Order: sequence, then C-alpha cells, then structure tokens
Amino acid sequence: MSGHSSYVPKTGIERWLDARLPIIRLTHDSAVSYPVPRNLNYLWTFGGILVFMLVAQIVTGIILVMHYTPHASMAFNSVEHIMRDVNYGWLLRYLHANGASMFFVAVYVHIFRGLYYGSYKAPREVLWILGVVIFLLMMAAAFMGYVLPWGQMSFWGATVITNLFSALPVIGETIVTFLWGGYSVDNPTLNRFFSLHYLLPFMIFGVVVLHIWALHVVGQNNPTGVEVKNVEKDTVPFTPYATVKDVFGMVVFMIVFSWFVFYQPNFMGHADNYIMANPAATPAHIVPEWYFLPFYAILRAIPDKLGGVIAMGSAIVVLAFLPWIDTSKVRSMSYRPIARQLFWAFLVVCIGLGYLGAMPAEGGYVIASQIFTVLYFGYFVALFVVGLFERPKTLPTSIADSVLASAKGGSAARMATATAAEPNVKG
Amino acid sequence: MTKTSFRLALTGLAAGLSLAAMQPAAQAAEAGPKPPALSWSFAGPFGKFDRAQLQRGFKVYKEVCASCHGANLVRFRNLSQPGGPEFTPGQVAALAATYQIKDGPNDQGEMFERPGRAADAFPSPFPNEQAARAAQGGAYPPDFSVLAKARTYTRGFPTFIFDIFTQYQEQGPDYIHALLMGYEEPPAGVTLLPGQNYNKYMPGHLIAMPKPISDGQVEYPKGPDGKSPVPETVDQYSRDVAAFMVWMAEPHLEARKRLGMQVMIFLVIFAGLLYYTKKKVWSRMPDGSPAH
Amino acid sequence: MAHASDTSTGTTRRDFLMLATGAFGAVGVGALVVPLISQLAPDAQVVAAGAPIDLDLAPVAEGQAIKLFWRGKLIFVRHRTKKEIDEALAVDIATLRDPQTDQQRTKAGHEPFLVVYGNCTHLGCVPLGNAPGEPKGDYDGWFCPCHGSHYDSSGRIRKGPAPLNLPVPPYAFTADTKIRIG
Repeated sequence: MSGHSSYVPKTGIERWLDARLPIIRLTHDSAVSYPVPRNLNYLWTFGGILVFMLVAQIVTGIILVMHYTPHASMAFNSVEHIMRDVNYGWLLRYLHANGASMFFVAVYVHIFRGLYYGSYKAPREVLWILGVVIFLLMMAAAFMGYVLPWGQMSFWGATVITNLFSALPVIGETIVTFLWGGYSVDNPTLNRFFSLHYLLPFMIFGVVVLHIWALHVVGQNNPTGVEVKNVEKDTVPFTPYATVKDVFGMVVFMIVFSWFVFYQPNFMGHADNYIMANPAATPAHIVPEWYFLPFYAILRAIPDKLGGVIAMGSAIVVLAFLPWIDTSKVRSMSYRPIARQLFWAFLVVCIGLGYLGAMPAEGGYVIASQIFTVLYFGYFVALFVVGLFERPKTLPTSIADSVLASAKGGSAARMATATAAEPNVKG
Repeated sequence: MTKTSFRLALTGLAAGLSLAAMQPAAQAAEAGPKPPALSWSFAGPFGKFDRAQLQRGFKVYKEVCASCHGANLVRFRNLSQPGGPEFTPGQVAALAATYQIKDGPNDQGEMFERPGRAADAFPSPFPNEQAARAAQGGAYPPDFSVLAKARTYTRGFPTFIFDIFTQYQEQGPDYIHALLMGYEEPPAGVTLLPGQNYNKYMPGHLIAMPKPISDGQVEYPKGPDGKSPVPETVDQYSRDVAAFMVWMAEPHLEARKRLGMQVMIFLVIFAGLLYYTKKKVWSRMPDGSPAH
Repeated sequence: MAHASDTSTGTTRRDFLMLATGAFGAVGVGALVVPLISQLAPDAQVVAAGAPIDLDLAPVAEGQAIKLFWRGKLIFVRHRTKKEIDEALAVDIATLRDPQTDQQRTKAGHEPFLVVYGNCTHLGCVPLGNAPGEPKGDYDGWFCPCHGSHYDSSGRIRKGPAPLNLPVPPYAFTADTKIRIG
C-alpha cells in the first residue's frame, strides 16, 4: 500500500526542502494521503489513542522527574511534595499514575481487536510481533514506575517480581543480586529502576515507530479481513476521514481518563502504597496492579516456582507465535462461527484470571486459577485445531461490497421492506 | 457479536459471579463488619470540605491525637491555604509560634530551639520510630499525613465496580470513624494480653491503641446561644477528625473536583462537536459521492 | 442532512462546525499547557521558605563583612569604616552609571552597615572583597573576578561590564544592631 507518493510541493521552500529532506512528503504520505479501509469501526481508533497515551505519559513523566527524588529515604516524601506543594503537581502525578492504567486499558482493547479480526495473520506477522514487544516493554516500564513512589506495594512488588528470576537454575540467584545491586531491594534498586523507567518509554517509542512503519507497509486490516482490492472504492484518505474519527475516539477516551483522574484518582491504586516502604512488614494482600493480574494468577496457579515463572512467561510469549498457531485462512472471526465463540470464551477466561489474581492464593481460588490457566493455553490449541476443519461463512468480495451490503441491510430494516438482508456481523 | 457468542459470554460472566460470591463469606470471618458508609461533605463530583468541620477536626487532632501521632508532611501554612480549614495567616503564625522547633546548627555548631513558623512542619511527638515504639509498649502510632488514603477495607465484587460510577472513595474516613467508634468489650473466648484492646472494625480485632477519646473530652467553639452547634460526642469527634485527616491526605481535593467538572464539561462538548464533524466528513466519499 | 451539504447553507454550516471544532481543540490544547508550564514556577514550599530572617550585627566588627542567604540568594552585610563611608558619600552621583546616593542605599542612623545582594549584576558571579586580603577593586568595594566589574564601598557599579549597582534587599533595623531581612 505504500505505493507512489501523491505529494506535490506547492511553494519554492517546500520544493527546496523536499529535494534535501523529504520530511513533509513522509508526513503527507503517512498521515494525509495514506489510504485507510473505509469500513474500520471504532476499535481501530485505539492505535491513535495509544500514541496519545504514550506521549501523555512521556510528557507528564518528564515533568514529574523535575520534582521527584530517587532515594530510598526521600522518594515517598518527594512524591507527596509533588502532591502538596508543586503547582498542579497533584494533577500531573494523578495523570501519570492513572495514565499507566488507561494505557493498559487501551492496549488490551487494541490486542483483543487484533485477536478478533485476525490482524496477526500474513502479511502482518512482523507488525504483530512488534506489538508483543511493545507490550512486554510496557509491562517492564509500568512495573518499574510503580516502584518509584517507594510505598509498601512498590517495595514488596519489586521484591516479589525480582525474586521470580531466582527460580532460574544455577544463575538465578546471581541475576537477582545484580538486579538489586545489593542483597535486598534497597536504594541501589530504586536508582536503577528509576533510570530504566526513564529509558524504557523511549525504547517503546522506537518500537512504536517500527510498528507503524510495518503497518504502513502492509496496510491496515479491517473488520471483514478482506484485503483492499480497489483503492478508489475500498479506501478513504487518512486525512480527514481517519483523523477526525481518531480524534473523536481520543476525546471520548479522555472523558473516561478524566473521570478517574479527577473523581477516582486512587481507584486503580492500592491503599498500602500510601504507607512508606517498610522491609520489616509485608502487607496482608500483595497484589500487582490490575493489568498484571491475569499473568499473576497464572504464576500462582502452578505449585512449582520455576514452573510458575515459565507458565507466566509463556502466556505472553505464546502471543508472538499466534500467526502460525492459528491455522485458518480466514482472518476475521466475524466469518468464523466456531473460532468466534472461542474468542469470547477466551476473553472471559482472561477476565476470570484477572479476578483470581486479585484473590488470596488459597483453597478454591487456586483450583480455579489452575482450571483457567489450562483454558487460557487451551485457546491457542483450540485455535490451531479449529482452523483445520472450520467452515467459514462466505466472505464479501470486497470492502466496498461489504459496506454497501451493510448499508442496504440498515436501510432495509429502517424501511421495513423485508428482503433477506445479509446479517450485520460487525463486533 | 452474535446471539450465541453473547450467550456464551454471559455464561462465563455468571460463572465468574458465582465464583465471586464465595469471597465475602471467606473473608467476613476475619475482617469483621464493614464500616458504615457515612455522608461526607467532600464526597461526589461537587464535594467541598466543611471549613467548620475541618477546624473542629484540627482541634481534636491537636488536643488528642497529636500526643502520639505525627503529621510530618503537613505544614502550619497549609492550615491557611484555600480548600483547607482556612484559618487566617495570623492565626496560623500565632499557632506555629506556640511550638518549639529544633533548628540549627548555629555559629557555635549547636542545635537550638526556636518558635515555629508557618513554613515548619507539624512537630512529631517522638524523635524517631524507635522512641515511639519504646514509649508505646512496642506499637508504632502511624503518621497521620496520608493515613486517610492508606486505610481501606474490602469492597468486594460487584460493589467495587459500582464505586467507579458512584465515585465512592471514602473508605478511609469511613474506616477511621468506625474504628474510633468500634471499641468494645471482647466477646467471650477472647482474652486480651496487656497492651491489647478489642475493636470490632480493626482487622483481626486486636489493637494496641486504647480507646483514645470519650464524650465531652474536646470543647468545641460555642455558637451565639452559648452552646456548641454540634454535639460533643465520640461520634462527632470521629467524623470531624476523619474529615480533617482526609484533608491532610488530599489537601487539593476541592481544586481537583472543581477542575474536573470544568474539564468534563469541556470534553463532552468537544466530543459532541467532533461527532458531528466526523459525521459530516464521512457522509461523502472523497470524490463527492455518497458514502453509502 | 446529507443532502443539504450541496447547498450553500450546508457549506456554511459545515464551515461553522469545522471552525467551532477547531477552535475548541485549540482552546483545549492551550488549557493543557497551563499546568505544564505553571509547574515550573516556585512551588509552595519554596515560596514559604522565603520568610523573613533575623540577623544580629553585633559580632560584625568594623571593616568586616559577612555572607548569608535569604531565599537562596547570597547577601553581603558590611560594617564599613569611616574612610569607606566618606568615599561613598563624596561621589558625584551624576557621574555614575546607575545613579544612587549612599543615603538611598543605607538606613538613616545606621550608615556603617551596608546590606546588598552578593551577585554581580553582570552575569551573577560572586564579587571578591569581603574577606581580608581579597581584592576590593579600584573603589574600596568589591571586584568581580569573572569579567572585571568594580563596585565601590556603597556597592555601586563604577567600572566594568555590569549595568547596575548591587541591589539592596528589603530589610529593616529591629534594634540597634539587629536587622530583619525580608
């Protein structure tokens, strides 16, 4: 889809610059004339929302660093200094803390959209794998950021998660000592986490550039999963069509974001993190932030230390192999009756795991976690098997046809002239 | 999604719900009763502190709690800033001057004591945690600065989801009020060791702090009729000090909610404009033909 | 609605809609910048730390000078000799770059004491001339080693690149040898 450029420099300066650094051409080709399938629904606005969230986190983060002190004895109070004394410090800090959560809300919607519409399938494998890399980097950044306020949850979260590496045979203990920079989580740990927390967003930014580059090479998937055949009929230019839609999506997302920032700023956090880190007392219920809960549940479901770590790691890594696990030729689950049900079941399993991750690791919860862990991995097995025999529904011949058919279906329903309209199967 | 998959999703949710139903039963035994949810002036999108209540709460803190509990992040000047108890700067300066603050070293290299200033933090009752523990039989009276945000109780499923929409976030003050009201004789079968007290709302029910306050202990400012406009009871003291603690933990709460309303109104209108702009743009294909 | 866009009223309405949306967006971005910029201003703690300070001048002997800080800024307090005072008074202020009399720069009845901010008005270095043995410049005051500004015994700029006299901070005598700065 990255065909020839339609950019025509208008002024002399533009021509001069274009011959030397075609940056306006690049912007024009990727954000103005870039063809977008015309049938994209609002789930496709989450890519733009994620870029917005990344920029918002970087901007608020850079500002918070101006007022934060990365030292074990001062970090907690410096965060409170931001909350109390810095002009609008409370706003910036709540934006950053809730922004992390909202970032994950958006990324999960983005991931599940990709899962439903088969956006990982050829030729988008590299695009998808880059996405998994971004997801991993985000998790690392979020984890290290959560350590910085140096509250009880920060401290014990850091202790528990870094101890995961001790499960590795032979080298495990050494790795943990190197992560800590000492014999326990302490000031050196805080300082290196702070350094890496500042670095990672820029690494994410770099991979996002690759992610978008790959996207613009292969073009966007769409709800039908049918490739663009006729650019004239099947697509619309990015600007103004996708731009205005993305901005609308962003603003609606910002309403939700603001609701938490202004009215429920501590909803996603833990009360225990308002107690300064105390190496002598662990809070009664250690739970990670909500976005890690499903993976945490998988970790705890396995009664073996190394096994749990491997299971948790596999739960993320398996996503990268999805393009080859899913054997079906059809992308969109709108046309896959069996796989679609598997998808919804998988969504419920993930939410269920999230719930179990927040519950104490005892009795029925452990058994339920084990069942749900099997179901989680079962999805990937089932997807492999189902693809081999599933009979998909008839695909529309083109994106334009599908748009026209659904428009006809819609108007037919309005006018109550009952001819058999194709069912509108958009998710 | 289609009907079948929707049904499937519902079944899954129902399974999750029944799973969740197990949870309160499991935890109720150890956690005790839930603190009653009180109505606070600072709750909800238009919430504001009640100045008189904060001033009373400060009096309770100063005369009762402060003998053991510090508030080292709160400074005297905070008491006169907008959105708080809003004492006058003169009152704050006079109040600060009644405290002796350790300062130094001076030119002779010695630490000295001087009267407090508005910029000083509330002096802690103990020089350090070890001294506090030594004086309190091993227990450490926690600092009050952010305690109202550090105390909570389990809301459970699905209440915690409703909380997003109702904006309920007063677990801290509800718990603090309940705790102060929750001192009881231990039930049969529970024997208290020296230094332990029984409290219905404390997780595990055993608390080191003895009942800290009783009716009539703090004298409230009198109204024009010569009587305090609010009762001088433990219930009222607890409400007032809990409200004061919320302010200490979240001194910019009023500004946050006020700005929040402005931002919300702006975003909703902006979203509306964008929606119609989007509709307009999408009504035609680039060549001018109707989109559908 | 869709059909109306062909007519002129439709175009006007669309233009107005676009304009309103764009204006709203611009206002939103503008409002967003406010907290991002105002966080750069001194925070409440810094502002509150600038409360007035008291200083006892009794230990400062004639001919001596001391340094202290108020609001993080360096302040010189100099107990001038008779000679230095006379020199400062003798200057014809018409010849000065930043014309100020010595009376304007000291408190009546306390002429021996000169209180000035201790950073050169050129680019902020600390001039020499407080400690015994340091160069005092050509005018018995201070000499800034960075770019060669000379201040006289009243802290006024006499020679070199600095444009202004060393400013006098707000202060008042609370007793014969006690001052409150701020």
